[in-house]
Formats: sequence, structure tokens, C-alpha cells
Amino acid sequence: MSFPEPMDRPRLNRVNDGREAQLRELLVAGQRGDAAAYAGFLRETVSLLRPFFRRRLAHYLDDVEDLLQETLLAMHNKRATYDPDQPVMPWMYAIARYKLVDLLRARAGREALHDPLDEDLEELASEAGAAAQEARRDLAVLLAELPDRQRLPIQYVKIEGLSVAEAAQRTGLSVSAVKIGVHRGLKLLAAKLRESR
Amino acid sequence: MKTDELIAALATNVEPVDARRFSRVLAWLMAGGVAVTAGLMLQKMGLNPDLPAYLGRGMFWVKLGFGLAVAALAVRAVVSMARPGQPVGPVARAWLVPIVALWLLGVVALLLAPATDRAALVFGATWRVCSFNIALLSLPMLLAGLVALRTMAPTQPARAGAAAGLLAGGAAAAVYALHCPELAAPFLAVWYVAGVLISAAAGALLGRAILRW
Repeated sequence: MSFPEPMDRPRLNRVNDGREAQLRELLVAGQRGDAAAYAGFLRETVSLLRPFFRRRLAHYLDDVEDLLQETLLAMHNKRATYDPDQPVMPWMYAIARYKLVDLLRARAGREALHDPLDEDLEELASEAGAAAQEARRDLAVLLAELPDRQRLPIQYVKIEGLSVAEAAQRTGLSVSAVKIGVHRGLKLLAAKLRESR
Repeated sequence: MKTDELIAALATNVEPVDARRFSRVLAWLMAGGVAVTAGLMLQKMGLNPDLPAYLGRGMFWVKLGFGLAVAALAVRAVVSMARPGQPVGPVARAWLVPIVALWLLGVVALLLAPATDRAALVFGATWRVCSFNIALLSLPMLLAGLVALRTMAPTQPARAGAAAGLLAGGAAAAVYALHCPELAAPFLAVWYVAGVLISAAAGALLGRAILRW
């Protein structure tokens, strides 16, 4: 299930040595709760992974942004699995590959079901379905489907930027329930995102 | 939602996380698993009544040491499988060493024994139940290991599950050694190893089913 990528290793070593140190610093600070450093880490990650996914999803360019968002969410939910004693790029690319392979496998399974004679019909259907699919994969829409215990903490704490205490006051939940709501809600979102493709 | 908006949301009020928590989680869960397994063995099988005499026999310590060595070395495999991008180096495959060593010991013992004794050395008195009992005893610890791995991000779920199975199987073999009356190296090389490998296979199957993320 590993993905042989003879092109990646040398490129990684040559160009990204300086970036490695910078990324590591940002993520380690992010693990400690430094929001600015963490945002920097996520932006850097996107700038590396967007072209990485584009090269590998040449036939599914529409999927690149979805996969990128899914990978970011997975990375966030699993950010404690980065060991600060290890290099950060292999961690990041391993997660990206894992999500990429998962997506390609889902696509391959779906395409095996396609009947080539129905291509015209297929095209019509997919045009009609395109808007719906994009909307279905929209995180804001998926968020709206979560139960209040998770949706409201995410809405207030992560999107509107209220403090946990303020969100607790507004929802009537305890401080720890708000924190748990954010944590579980983001995990649930990631799971929904996986199911929806 | 645009990717930029997602980044902004994820980086807002970001909770600190403890990157070293996993070893503690694994240790506590495994301790719980060992306790359940030991209780199961004492309750359902019982200590070997000859245990005091066995303490003076070298092969008893080989038997106990085999399971403990597999378990201890499998910990490295579990830990490296738990984190994405960690190289699975030779240390993570070191669990093979006690298995191969036991096989060699078994072969030597067979070669040295008179031909008429060989079947008895392989089958002992309990070959029918040995592997099954070890696999059964490994279950609580296997579940503990899988629960610990669920909190992590194994990018190879089947292999990560197999590593948890080796850890559980090794520990189960050590616990079962306190009940089991067998001391012949060929017996251990076949049935103890089979028990450990059944546990690893169960771990691989369960891992593939429940360790995806």
C-alpha cells in the first residue's frame, strides 16, 4: 500500500531542508497551542501539498481542493501524532499519501462500476450532480449536520473565535463539554468527509 | 468552505496537545490488558502446580523469556507504526529474533534426540490446546493495543494491528508459560510460535477493519 515515488525523495532533500526546520518549529509551537505559528504551519502545508496533489490527481483536478481540506482536517485531528524528535516532512507526506491512496481507491472502486455504453448519460448526470456534490463536500454544510453539542462549540470557538469560556456561557455547556464538543465534532467532520466521497 | 477559511478555523483557539502521550496511554492500557489476561489464566487454567520445581529448570526461563522478548521487541514495532512517516527500521522487526532463536533451539533439540522421541518432543501432552490458549489469552491485550492505536494515526492499519497482535501474543505466551507444563524446545518452537502468530494475524484483520482514519 506504500506509493513508490522515486521523484519525491531527492526533491525533498534538496529544496526542502530549510523548510523542514521552519515547518518543524511552527508545528511544535502549534502543538503547544501557539495559534499564529499553527496557522503558519497549515499555510505552508497547503503550499506544499496543493502541487503534490495536483501532480497526482491530473485526472481529478476537481478533487484536489477537497482532498487538501480533508488532509488538513486529518492532520489537525492527529497533530499529537507528530513526534518532535522526528522530521516533520515525512509525517506530513505520509498523511497526505494515506489520504490520497484512500481517495484513489474509492475512485477506482466507483469507476469499476461504470458502464462505458452509458457515458453520455453519465456526463449529463454528473453535470447535474456536480453542484450537489460540491455542496455535499462543503465543510460548512457538513458542519450544519452535526448535533448541537458539537456544532455550536465549533461554530463559536473555531469559526467565530469566541473563547471557550464565552462559548460555554452562550451554549449553557460546561467548559470541558465545549472542549470535548470541538474535539469530537472535528473528528466527526473528518469521518463525514471520508464517507461523502 | 474555502481552504483559507478552514485554516483560519483550525488555527483559532487551538488546544495544546501532548505529543508524548501515546507511550503512557499504551503502557496503561497494556497494564490493564495484562491484568485481565493474568486473571483469565488463573481463573480458567490455573498455575502449573509444579511451578516451584520449574523455577530451577533452564527451559522454563527460555519459555518465559521467549514471550517476554517478543512482547518487548514488538513494542518498538507498535510505536513506530502508530505515527505517520516513521521509518520502520530493523529495530521494529527485532521481534523475529526470539522466534528464530527458538526455532533453531527446537531444530537442534530434535537433531540431538533419538528418532523415537522426536514426535513426543514436538507434540508433548498439550499440543491440541496450546496455540489456541495463547491466542485466547492474547485477546484482552490485543484489544488494549488496538484501542491505543486508535488514538494515533497508523498509515498501514493491517501492519499496525499485526504489531499489536505480536505484542499481545508475546505477553500471552509469557502468562501461559506459568500454566503450561511443556518444556521441550521443539514443542515451544511450533505451538508457542503458532499462538503468537495467530494473535498477530487476528491483529492484522482487526487492524484493517478498525484502525482506518
